[in-house]
Amino acid sequence: MQVRSMAEYAASGETPEVLFWVGCAGSFDQRAQKVTKAFATILDKVGIKFAILGKEEMCTGDPARRAGNEFLFQMMAYNNIHTLNGYGIKKVVTICPHCFNIFKNEYPALGGNYEVMHHTTFLQQLINDGRVRIKEGGAFKGKKITYHDSCYLGRGNNIYDAPREVLQALDIELVEMKRCRSNGMCCGAGGAQMFKEEEAGTTRVNFERANQAMETGASIVAVNCPFCTTMLTDGIKNKEKEDSVSVMDIAEMVAASLA
Amino acid sequence: MHIIQQLLFILCSGIAVFFFAKKVAEIRRNINLGRDEDITDNPSARWKNMILLALGQKKMFKRPVPAFLHLAVYAGFIIINLEILEIFLDGILGKHRLFAPMLGNLYPFLIGFFEVLAVLVLTSCVIFLIRRNILKLRRLNMPELNGWPKSDANIILSTEIILMGLFLTMNTIDLVLQSRGVEHYTQTASFWITGNFTWLYSNLSTATLIGIERTCWWLHILGIFLFLNYLPFSKHLHIILAFPNAYYGKLIPQGEIKNMPDIQNEVLYMMEPDKAPPATDAQPEHHRFGAKDIQDLSWKNLLDAYSCTECGRCTAVCPANMTGKKLSPRKIMMDTRDRMEEVGKNIQEHKTFQDDGKSLLNDYITTEELRACTTCQACVEACPVSIDPLSIITQLRRNLVMEDSNAPQEWNMMFGNIENNMAPWKFSPDDRDKWVEELAG
Ligand code: SF4
Ligand code: SF4
Repeated sequence: MQVRSMAEYAASGETPEVLFWVGCAGSFDQRAQKVTKAFATILDKVGIKFAILGKEEMCTGDPARRAGNEFLFQMMAYNNIHTLNGYGIKKVVTICPHCFNIFKNEYPALGGNYEVMHHTTFLQQLINDGRVRIKEGGAFKGKKITYHDSCYLGRGNNIYDAPREVLQALDIELVEMKRCRSNGMCCGAGGAQMFKEEEAGTTRVNFERANQAMETGASIVAVNCPFCTTMLTDGIKNKEKEDSVSVMDIAEMVAASLA
Repeated sequence: MHIIQQLLFILCSGIAVFFFAKKVAEIRRNINLGRDEDITDNPSARWKNMILLALGQKKMFKRPVPAFLHLAVYAGFIIINLEILEIFLDGILGKHRLFAPMLGNLYPFLIGFFEVLAVLVLTSCVIFLIRRNILKLRRLNMPELNGWPKSDANIILSTEIILMGLFLTMNTIDLVLQSRGVEHYTQTASFWITGNFTWLYSNLSTATLIGIERTCWWLHILGIFLFLNYLPFSKHLHIILAFPNAYYGKLIPQGEIKNMPDIQNEVLYMMEPDKAPPATDAQPEHHRFGAKDIQDLSWKNLLDAYSCTECGRCTAVCPANMTGKKLSPRKIMMDTRDRMEEVGKNIQEHKTFQDDGKSLLNDYITTEELRACTTCQACVEACPVSIDPLSIITQLRRNLVMEDSNAPQEWNMMFGNIENNMAPWKFSPDDRDKWVEELAG
């Protein structure tokens, strides 16, 4: 399949329906790349004209801002908004809730106004509109699956139902963790923790959260964020349960269930 | 005799109100030490929050058991205050049960209702004391509460129990005196609860009973005056400040961090120098990036600190705290209040603030605490009185990184990578779309 960049669209005078903002994890992290590919495959299959920025995409500046480095954040924001506005981008979809939060809440004050969607909401709409069709009796039918709310999709932006609706469309048995929705517990990666060693404590945040997920008896932990994916996978490995419990992004699950 | 009691009462109320007003002015001044922030937008949403969150205690109901007990104490406290109005007027006018003749049959009904509430308050406070001191609930027994905060909580609960006890004793004896037709004790119908306990006192002489009744009456109202003046020194201040705090609470999505327009402009002028305002000779105003001390925080952060009930709902859900890190969002709020009080005293002594070589950052809140935060907003979501501990954490982090270049080595590497490779990891920007080839191939 072909994935075209914004530069290519612009050169041919075409406009894509939506810009797929891949994000740094989705671009470089091997595990997250699989999610990127899965999501791109879905878009391609249902015939959505989408573009990526390719080499022109830069970090949104989220980890810098949350670590306290506002200068660096503003630099990145300036450059990204410059690129996006230059192309006249109106609609953005992203597979990272941190990028989503920045686009939705923090770029507008800096002159970056776009309609932005997280990929789980986007998928839910595609399913509702009948553009994405799920095959009967797919791989996940009847499976016990739990869902981990990422902080920046859930509490940060109050999106709790869309990802769950996508999961329900896959005919799964959703089992909630004790801490879910607005009371969900962090995976430990946010606030730039992903990029440093945890402070001294009695255990790690991701171990704790992975334990909560495993307590549900689910065989799959469904996630919506590349950082949660890494953190929870490590937490499950710590308990040597990686053979019986896997962590999957909702996009991967949908890609595997297309009719 | 009556006139002396009357004068004494007026004197006591005057003193109580004077000292309370003085302390309120100090708190106001301390809150105004904070940075200006305009929070006047969208009044209708703000009123709604105040009604739902402060009056309606919406977030309390995430934990139903304490929510119910707290509701009893809170409703009791507010409604019984109506009765205090009568007591207050009686005191000033030298009357007894002023409202009884005016309200007729409604009066014993109202007092009966207050008595039921008083019993509920009393019982709830006893249960609260048990939860704190005998069951030792984890969130109510963390290290940041050692010393004064624990005593504060126990003082409040005991005081409420004593006040309710006095109120009920006073009513019981009043009924006995009424039945004996003692002058000045206005006849009313029996009260719902205390009406069943008059036998307790039926053997005592009228003179003794009047003595006890008057003592209870005086202790009750003096207790209330003392309580009023205790509030501003206590976490119990939340019964007042929860209301403005909910009104001025954050309306934007929880995930959003406030912009720093001065840095935004600095970057803009760097990238597009023609947009920069012409240079002037005026010395650029000194301002700090982020917050080092309470004066750098917004007044809303400071109002937050005075509104904190120290309930620890924030800390109980904090992923960092749960996994043994030093960070506790409740402690962030308590430290902010303590530092504010310290700065306030300093101003009181010297007229203006004299540098004391201390600051909120480092002397109260350490780097290690700040670095443990995942910005997950669980604390913000959990707080029943609309406090945002994360806002303070973010501002202190900004100061650490931008003013002191104080970041862990790995963060400095991450910053370097973002700057040079446009990603937080050390990958070549040319490989950003490598996955496309893999997908095509
Ligand atoms: S935002 Fe920070 S302080 Fe608040 S609960 Fe999460 S980790 Fe704890
Ligand atoms: S900040 Fe809110 S939740 Fe935390 S202790 Fe204070 S009142 Fe309780």
